[in-house]
Amino acid sequence: MRATIRSNLRAVLPPVLLGLLSLAAWQALVVLADIQPYLLPAPTAIATQLGLVMPVLVPALIATGTNALLGLVAGSVIAIVGALIASRLWIVDELVTPVVAAIAVVPIVALAPVLTTMFGATSETPRRVIVAIVVFVPVFVNTLRGLRQVLPVHRDLMRAYNASNWQLSRTVTIPGALPYVFTGLNIASSLAVISAIVAEYFGGLQNGLGSRITSAAANSAYPRAWAYVFGAILLGVLFYATTLAIERAVSRRPGR
Amino acid sequence: MMRLWRRLGLGALSIVLLALLWEAYKAVGPAGGVDMAGLQLLPRTTDLAMPHIADMVIRALEPVNSSAGSAPVWIAVLLAGVSSLGTASVGLLIGSVIGVLLALLMQRFRLAESAVLPWLVLSQTVPLIALAPLIVSWGGRVQIGAFEWERWMSVAVIAAYLAFFPMAVGALRGLQSPDAIHTELMRSYAAGWWKSLLYLRLPASVPFLLPALRLGAASAIIGTVVAEVSTGAKGGIGRLIIEYAQSGSSDPAKAYAPIAVAVVMGLIAAGVVAALGLLLPRYRRNEISA
Amino acid sequence: MSIPAPSSASAVDVRGVSRVFRTGKGQSVTALDDVSLTVAAGQFVSLIGPSGCGKSTLLRLIADLDTPTGGEIHVFGKTARQARLNQAYGIAFQSAGLLPWRTVAANIELPLHLHNVPRARRAERVRELIELVGLADFAASFPDQLSGGMQQRVAIARSLAESPGLLLMDEPFGALDEMTRERMQAELVRISAETGAAVVFVTHSIPEAVFLSDRVVVMSPRPGRIRAIVDVSLGEVRGELLREEAGFFAAVTEVREALHLDQAAPARGMDLR
Repeated sequence: MRATIRSNLRAVLPPVLLGLLSLAAWQALVVLADIQPYLLPAPTAIATQLGLVMPVLVPALIATGTNALLGLVAGSVIAIVGALIASRLWIVDELVTPVVAAIAVVPIVALAPVLTTMFGATSETPRRVIVAIVVFVPVFVNTLRGLRQVLPVHRDLMRAYNASNWQLSRTVTIPGALPYVFTGLNIASSLAVISAIVAEYFGGLQNGLGSRITSAAANSAYPRAWAYVFGAILLGVLFYATTLAIERAVSRRPGR
Repeated sequence: MMRLWRRLGLGALSIVLLALLWEAYKAVGPAGGVDMAGLQLLPRTTDLAMPHIADMVIRALEPVNSSAGSAPVWIAVLLAGVSSLGTASVGLLIGSVIGVLLALLMQRFRLAESAVLPWLVLSQTVPLIALAPLIVSWGGRVQIGAFEWERWMSVAVIAAYLAFFPMAVGALRGLQSPDAIHTELMRSYAAGWWKSLLYLRLPASVPFLLPALRLGAASAIIGTVVAEVSTGAKGGIGRLIIEYAQSGSSDPAKAYAPIAVAVVMGLIAAGVVAALGLLLPRYRRNEISA
Repeated sequence: MSIPAPSSASAVDVRGVSRVFRTGKGQSVTALDDVSLTVAAGQFVSLIGPSGCGKSTLLRLIADLDTPTGGEIHVFGKTARQARLNQAYGIAFQSAGLLPWRTVAANIELPLHLHNVPRARRAERVRELIELVGLADFAASFPDQLSGGMQQRVAIARSLAESPGLLLMDEPFGALDEMTRERMQAELVRISAETGAAVVFVTHSIPEAVFLSDRVVVMSPRPGRIRAIVDVSLGEVRGELLREEAGFFAAVTEVREALHLDQAAPARGMDLR
């Protein structure tokens, strides 16, 4: 018992110390070297602003969070269904794979302006579509990899049992693919927040965190902008932690 | 070789299918788009919202604007694309060097790994690109002697920043990839850290570095485009994406040319990394035979 | 207790060596307990015993890949660490452990390359070694193009690259099929005779140990100790026919009985593997 506490401590202590040291160094650097706020505001200045902007921060957080969440859910569902189809129909696989490979290396956020004209400047949909497309890639790729990961020995075993296709999916393929799906979802959850914020830099409805950051920066209110960035970081961590929690709950591994 | 052509052919086929889907929806979809339970599900189909694909191509061949001597759109966007690709490359180079150096530090000293790695992983989950407008504000303000901080440098810093993480993590995984049997063999040869690095760890990292580089290159391009949008840095593709989109109400087909170039930039970067991989086949034998 | 200086005549001199592993929760496992063993120069010694008897641990201690918690190890009169730094031994593991990005020739060349041997001498030595293990046609092949037995032959050639006076081998044929294994054993007998190197060979196959060795060291588990040392005197020349001779069976039986001292004696002539 004590040994596990000690080993946990050993894992946690170095990063926490490094974080605190960096924070202290940041504060000291800004104060001692008299660094201008546009370059880097002091942590204390950011904290003060955080308290002040809270009434604006919360609705912006909710707006961006909703976009990220809806895009994440839509993109993931489409990706998982798509992967299931692609694992069965080779023609779908062969047609979709090059497109997915291309999307993976292409700046999808650049689509934001034309999506805004397509759906209208007052619509929330363009940002959600961006999120969905961005999220689609890792979920699709990882799910498909997981579905292909069926061990030959398991397939042979199920054949020997004379199991139906559906039984094979339920007992072997899907449980085996689940960890891969979650790998994809973990990546996707962070990407969702990032792309929801960045899409706002490209115009469209101005009610989220991204627009708050740009407008604060444009008004030279740098500590305020950093406070919104802090909000964005919170949102990112929240999304990631939620996916992790869902993964833990679903996989129910004993002893973990 | 046959497989490559087959894949390229299928890729082209899927682009044609997407184009057909676009035109088909435009032909049959309602002009006002499709709403469901207050959510706008499908876009409007007017010429303003969804121009014909042929119009996009034709518009790209016409001059940028009506002023005399104006270059065709495709040349303007291509030049902007080349400039952005240059900025992204600078960013990728800086990010890769820092990332690999940090990975070496973490591989060498376990304490560095346990202190730094959690932050690296955490930073992957956090929208650090949100900082772009802030780093952009350095432009034109910082001056050290004769050196003046220019806006494109801010853009490169953001690109480097985004490229850095995949490189650091990929390089660390690669450096740590050799099996115990290989590290013990090196120990039995009394090979020090530097020789083990040169003969074992670096060659073993190649299969990890290449995907990291592809990811890093894609990130650098995304970072460049986003940063250019935030700075409005002249000459880059990000600026043109915004500029052409703003003329959308009168000239909707124009906005697609810079986006196409941004897509091509991503594909070029991935292609270059893939070509690099083809130059190093001996370090990827496990990958190929697997 | 005063220990006389180890004679440099012996290839390996293990004196009262123990190795205790600490497992996380304040407990410990004794892998080796007060083991002493001498291997003369040019002698072929096998370590045999059930899994967990510490035979691989002993080999790793001799190779200075691990450090004993008690006792001393000398290799050619030097400490194990100094012997490693001086490259007094060559080593081969259960898996060949070839570097996949190097050709067969480049893999054999690796230790020479690491120790800055001039290019011309490297090339000459690699040619000799490739001939020795019979892979001349595969010099430019990559490891993934070779069978398991061929890979293991490359690993043996690599371990011989610097003409060491001592070869350490940790179940090098463990992963091979029976027929390849017997062929490799015959080759190893020939190679060790040609090079005159002492060999410490870890195995869990009784016939393999008897076929190869001058002496078979039988070990027992938990804690790892030497239970018996069986002298095998089957002569210098060992061909395939040896496996069918009465002397061979007698030695196999002797080793097996030493291994199974704590159990009912098994029926003779069965379970030769």
